[in-house]
Amino acid sequence: MELNSRKEGDAVVVSVKGRVDALTAPDFEKYLSEQADKSEKSLVVNMKELYYISSAGLRAVLGATKKLKEKRGDMMLAEVQETVREVFEIAGFNKFLKIFDTEKSALEQI
Amino acid sequence: MFSQITLPATLGNLRQFLDFITTCAEKQGFCPKRVSQIELAAEEVLVNIFSYAYSEPGGEVSVTCGSDSARLLIRFEDSGIPFDPLSKEPPDVTADVSERGIGGLGIFLAGKFMDEIHYRREKDRNILTLAAAPKAESEVSL
Repeated sequence: MELNSRKEGDAVVVSVKGRVDALTAPDFEKYLSEQADKSEKSLVVNMKELYYISSAGLRAVLGATKKLKEKRGDMMLAEVQETVREVFEIAGFNKFLKIFDTEKSALEQI
Repeated sequence: MFSQITLPATLGNLRQFLDFITTCAEKQGFCPKRVSQIELAAEEVLVNIFSYAYSEPGGEVSVTCGSDSARLLIRFEDSGIPFDPLSKEPPDVTADVSERGIGGLGIFLAGKFMDEIHYRREKDRNILTLAAAPKAESEVSL
């Protein structure tokens, strides 16, 4: 798993590559939590090169989403691969986080 | 033909178990997407066993993988405390973020992606089996 981030106005854009499983999820969780703190408002997570996520990864996303809600910010996912997207949808996470086709369209919503 | 792997029930062995299972699914000709769903279901079951089966280190898990005609069958066996992960209340996947917990989500996902999931206690062992057809049932309903 590889993690990067950059500031984009009031938001922070995180990109996650590789796989988030029970082994890598603790690092992902810590990173997302730190970036949620750094962001003035919302977090955009680009998942273009994320090929696998399990419930351990969902826990990390849920934790950061709760944190962002406290400052009225949103968790936004962009460019999510089909298999990963399906995991979010079956878990019902699409109810409280927004999924965008492109990073650009996510940033335009902030 | 069925093959088997037995290793200590620790997170450090997760990748080795998953490599064994995905190789088995690929050999049966399952497509990459279905292999990924099988991998996820297997991870959720294994992590449950690693977390709850043994109170002391040293316990093992055996995974057997093979196929009966069209379906892939995976059996997980441990000699830990009796634990039926399917007896847990399923999570409310319609709840909003503030009421969301994460408990039970892993096994819920495994059940959604697999065609069958069963638990039984036999001769002081926990036996959990997964059955997967080449195409996920969930694809029909989504």
